[in-house]
Amino acid sequence: MSLPVYLSTIERPSRGRLAFMGGNVLALGTVSLITDVSSEMVTAILPLYLVLGLGAGPLAYGVLDGVYTGATAVLRIVGGFVADRVRSRKLVAGLGYGLSALAKPALLLAGRSVPAVGLVIAADRLGKGLRTAPRDALITEAVPPSQLGRAFGLHRTMDAVGAFLGPLVALGVLALTAGSYDAVFVTSFCVAALAVVVLVLFVREKAAAASPVAAIRLGDAVRLLADARLRRLVVAAGLLGLATIGDGFVYLLLQRREELSVVWFPLLAVGTSLSYLLLATPLGVLADRIGRLPVLAGGGVALAVTYLLLTGPLGGPPLLVLVLGLYGLFYAATDGVLMALAGPLLPAGLRATGLALVQTAQALTYLVSSVLFGLAWQTWGPAGAGRAAALLAVVALAGIVLLLRNRTRPEVAR
Amino acid sequence: MTTRRKLLLTALAAVLLAAAAIGYAVSRPRPSPRPVAAAAGPVTLATGPGTPAAGPGTRAAGPRILAITDRHLTVAPLGGDSRSISGVECLRAYAAAGTAICLRPKTAWSYEAAVLDEELHERTAFAVPGLPNRARVSASGRMVSWTTFVGGDSYAGSAFSTRTGILDTRTGNRADTLENFTIRRDGRPYRSADVNFWGVTFTADDNRFYATMSTGRKRYLVLGDFAARSVTTIKENVECPSLSPDGTRLAFKQAINADPARGWRLSVLDLSTMRVTETTEPTSVDDQAAWLDDHTLMYTLRTGDGTPTVWSVPADGTGAPHPLLTGAESPAPLK
Repeated sequence: MSLPVYLSTIERPSRGRLAFMGGNVLALGTVSLITDVSSEMVTAILPLYLVLGLGAGPLAYGVLDGVYTGATAVLRIVGGFVADRVRSRKLVAGLGYGLSALAKPALLLAGRSVPAVGLVIAADRLGKGLRTAPRDALITEAVPPSQLGRAFGLHRTMDAVGAFLGPLVALGVLALTAGSYDAVFVTSFCVAALAVVVLVLFVREKAAAASPVAAIRLGDAVRLLADARLRRLVVAAGLLGLATIGDGFVYLLLQRREELSVVWFPLLAVGTSLSYLLLATPLGVLADRIGRLPVLAGGGVALAVTYLLLTGPLGGPPLLVLVLGLYGLFYAATDGVLMALAGPLLPAGLRATGLALVQTAQALTYLVSSVLFGLAWQTWGPAGAGRAAALLAVVALAGIVLLLRNRTRPEVAR
Repeated sequence: MTTRRKLLLTALAAVLLAAAAIGYAVSRPRPSPRPVAAAAGPVTLATGPGTPAAGPGTRAAGPRILAITDRHLTVAPLGGDSRSISGVECLRAYAAAGTAICLRPKTAWSYEAAVLDEELHERTAFAVPGLPNRARVSASGRMVSWTTFVGGDSYAGSAFSTRTGILDTRTGNRADTLENFTIRRDGRPYRSADVNFWGVTFTADDNRFYATMSTGRKRYLVLGDFAARSVTTIKENVECPSLSPDGTRLAFKQAINADPARGWRLSVLDLSTMRVTETTEPTSVDDQAAWLDDHTLMYTLRTGDGTPTVWSVPADGTGAPHPLLTGAESPAPLK
């Protein structure tokens, strides 16, 4: 049991109060770990279920795929705002986790109807959209600003471990039940329900967070952007999203470049998430030590180098290891670190809304960027598009550094 | 509440939820075993009456069809009730002129394509990525093709994709994915990262083929050239083509109002006039049809619980659909 180790690293400064705070990060990490086991179980077998179980053709799945694109990005703001407005992040996060849990048995009821399955997947994504910002606000409140990097790093590592275990659990259930998809959905629901139990029992909300001010209105959320520091961070998050062309394209470039047997294609995602899982916590700790901007910038460099490698002369297994390692490093150095940068800039009462703004800016520009990359591929071919992406990443990186240059040091020194 | 009590409560919840999951797995409703009249004996692709290897159930003269029953290759005479189920496991199959292709599990999480001879013995097998979806053999038995479905890297998060490959069984020449072929769309060279192919059907020259190509939310009928490694678009909104034995028409599934979310109408395209005739099948057909003869199509439909049945319908838009083989899917004519 690794629990004492985590506690000791996080609570070092002063025992009593911080033990609870670090414990809260651990509790939220546990909730995410269990939830990701549940949702990745379904992810792993949904194509099997649709294609082999129900005999759906590829396009039926493609239709399901497009159901929610972009919607979760906007829903995050709704989730964040509602959480701030009702002054209970735990309640809204809990509703999000609960909704995703209920989506699993609903898959059974949806049967063979493609629109019904699409609706259930949309409900699941709605739950994810709702819970993300309130959860990150809870993490922000759980530790002092100087330790946000490691808090988010630890949370993202636990999240990734869950995502790693999910497909294995699904395969285990399939093996034990002679291929019953229903049993996987039911097991996935039970796992998700356990996560809700852990959330209810172990996640605490600081009473002080609900400061005795007037109810938050939409105008307050808009006024958040009056703060130049937050505005710069939102733009920086947007630039980061713009530099991201998407996993699908990265793996496709890698496969073409290496003429990798198509059989190995699914393993590329496994390699990236392994690298992410291993690096998220160390890089979070590093961000607390040397500053968050250098780590974020390092992530940007890793991304640009990833794109360059995909179009460069290096080949063979070294290329594979380097690309997947660096790509995972990019995620590890940016995902949680961006939240750690945003947390201290936000007033306590609007924290969930503010975090959602940053995440949504990144998600929306990412959508734009993946469309642009698709067009670049059509115009210049894979190699040209890859080099263009590297150039864009460098420009975005320069923009991010210029925008945030003066921001981080005082925060860390605090 | 003390931490100890919380941990106790969590453990209790974990035990109860685990019991619920296990309880469901043990007592879950199972599909009732299908009543299937099966004959023992060797199953072969051999044609004509009196073939020595043919078992008692397959001796009937006249046309027979190859299909899959409960994941196993099955041969059944047309119009008869008896069928012979082989020990060969397949998820999707097709056969012609003594050559069969069988897409089957290799391990718990991977699949392979196997080329089988007349006695259903393996001639060659190779790994394919993703999940078996379509399979086809040219009329001469020389060319085989398969489509798999690759997806699920993240929960409905990444775009779906397919991989379609072709093998020349005479030369061993194999293309693992048509995505590497050069593309001409509407007369101009075209390339895009989102190109997907599925549902190959071969012409009589064992080189050219028809298939579906999708890109930019549109689906095209393409004519391909295996030797030249190229494809050219011919028409929009044509999926899963299947060339008639006389080579004059393509059966295909046509998305209703060009929107796959609304389902597919099984239709036939006359290649000389490019006129489309819808069949009388009222149900949405998500399958690559097979031609029983020059006038009749075969395809799989499923009931709500996933039980498949092979149906037939006249290709000229007349008549009505009839069930051909219950509890079976993936039909191919054996002449």
